[in-house]
Amino acid sequence: MRKMVQTEDLIFEYAKRDEEGNVIGAYRAVDQVNLDVEEGQFIAILGHNGSGKSTLAKHINAILLPTEGTVWVSGKDTKEPEELWNVRQSAGMVFQNPDNQIIGTVVEEDVGFGPENLGVPTDDIWKRVEQSLKAVGMIEYRHHSPNKLSGGQKQRVAIAGVIAMRPKCIVLDEPTAMLDPNGRKEVLRTVEELRKQEKVTAILITHYMEEVIDADKVFVMDHGHVVMEGTPRDIFSQVDTLKEYRLDVPQVTILADELKKRGLDIPAGILRKEELVEAICRLK
Amino acid sequence: MSIKIEHLNYVYSPGTAYEKQALKDICLEIPHGEFVGIIGHTGSGKSTLIQHLNGLIRATSGELYYNGENIYSENYNMKALRSQVGLVFQYPEHQLFEVDVLSDVCFGPKNQGLSKEECEKRAREALKLVGLKEKYYQSSPFELSGGQKRRAAIAGVLAMQPKVLILDEPTAGLDPKGRDDILDQIAYLHKKSDLTVILVSHSMEDIAKYADRIIVMNHGKVMYNDTPKKVFAHYKELEEVGLAAPQVTYIMHELKEKGIDVNVAATTVEEAADSIMEVLGHD
Repeated sequence: MRKMVQTEDLIFEYAKRDEEGNVIGAYRAVDQVNLDVEEGQFIAILGHNGSGKSTLAKHINAILLPTEGTVWVSGKDTKEPEELWNVRQSAGMVFQNPDNQIIGTVVEEDVGFGPENLGVPTDDIWKRVEQSLKAVGMIEYRHHSPNKLSGGQKQRVAIAGVIAMRPKCIVLDEPTAMLDPNGRKEVLRTVEELRKQEKVTAILITHYMEEVIDADKVFVMDHGHVVMEGTPRDIFSQVDTLKEYRLDVPQVTILADELKKRGLDIPAGILRKEELVEAICRLK
Repeated sequence: MSIKIEHLNYVYSPGTAYEKQALKDICLEIPHGEFVGIIGHTGSGKSTLIQHLNGLIRATSGELYYNGENIYSENYNMKALRSQVGLVFQYPEHQLFEVDVLSDVCFGPKNQGLSKEECEKRAREALKLVGLKEKYYQSSPFELSGGQKRRAAIAGVLAMQPKVLILDEPTAGLDPKGRDDILDQIAYLHKKSDLTVILVSHSMEDIAKYADRIIVMNHGKVMYNDTPKKVFAHYKELEEVGLAAPQVTYIMHELKEKGIDVNVAATTVEEAADSIMEVLGHD
């Protein structure tokens, strides 16, 4: 398997400034992180507010550059100025608030903005726009104004804008935080489709534990460090440790855990409702 | 303060090409001291509705009463109403602006015309209520973490000592601990000071856990207005309008289909666990 993203002893420090803007110290937001993401994987990053997740994510498309250590995206060192555009083309980002990411007045123009900036020939741009909008299930809205769309639809347009640049990897930083249940489902389904159809690597940052149960690997961050790493089942079977990191487990897992505590013979690390229903039926 | 809404309609940009009826014939009653949850998909009219509740938006037609008094009557004191009905917007931390946390929280009571001492007293009480430590009072609000900023902003509304507290998605973007802390704090306030609380949320699990009653909005109309159990019993209809039931409710329905006679009305983990134990636990 080829490496999509790799970090080695990554450290990032924000400068602390006084009122005049003089640097008076440094705050270490990411501390000695070693990350290994293979092409095509679905990776989830969990962690409380301020744990360093977003700072880490911004290194993957070189919005931030390491204070110390190295980040490679598709084998390219993000610190090399001549690789910057290659890095950004390999890894696209989707942010929390769809309204901050959409600039076009018509959906298809917005999606075409990225490839246009990459110097893609016009005919190709339109092909890519069409493909991208089809991939996120928004093709029938191509002539609509983005501000008339629902939150989930806007976020899918934002994702289409990213995939029109044909990245090998998409980093999604809390893409569902502002959406209603349906919007959340739409966005997650879209990401899943992209992984399956286009073999895109997905790195998802979220506070919704339910969204990561299909991940190949979960990283948990705390104070800039990666403190846990494993499959969703490994991670969510450690309920108490997760609570210490201000996190949670899916509601299904909480219920399974509660039933186990009350004496029912339920296996540890249940993630899906089907699994729990099956385990309970076996006890009948 | 009790709230009564009668046949309320609201039309955005009437007479233009963008005319849109955001609220259609809303009739609601919220008794004093209730904890009400409002759910609905994006664009269903939730935010428009709550902006009517402190007079930020005036209804196109219909009436709105507080303690039996019509707020649209000629001599109604809207300013007094606004200090009694605290509205916490989405991402309230974007409204922080003062040089330090304490001054920011003092801003509301200062506008109510209270003395400097009284403002500070109330600000300190409010900050304590939201669980923000004293060491942050003199910090710039912009140095706080996301969860802390959110709490400082909520304290700014609490410092006005409202009788009705309305929160529009107060936990969006917060980590699970931050989310639980804020909701537990609000539930505690509600119990302790018989505050009326109106919580707008996209988290069905949170609404099920905290609300006495749920109002479901769909296309500008009230679709359901009932206890969480009764509302979430309509989980199929809720899905059709872009909502859902809490995860445990789905599990209970599936168990029932498999022939295990559990209580499908369970909406919280505790209720679900109790019911499952009752059916399976006594051998």
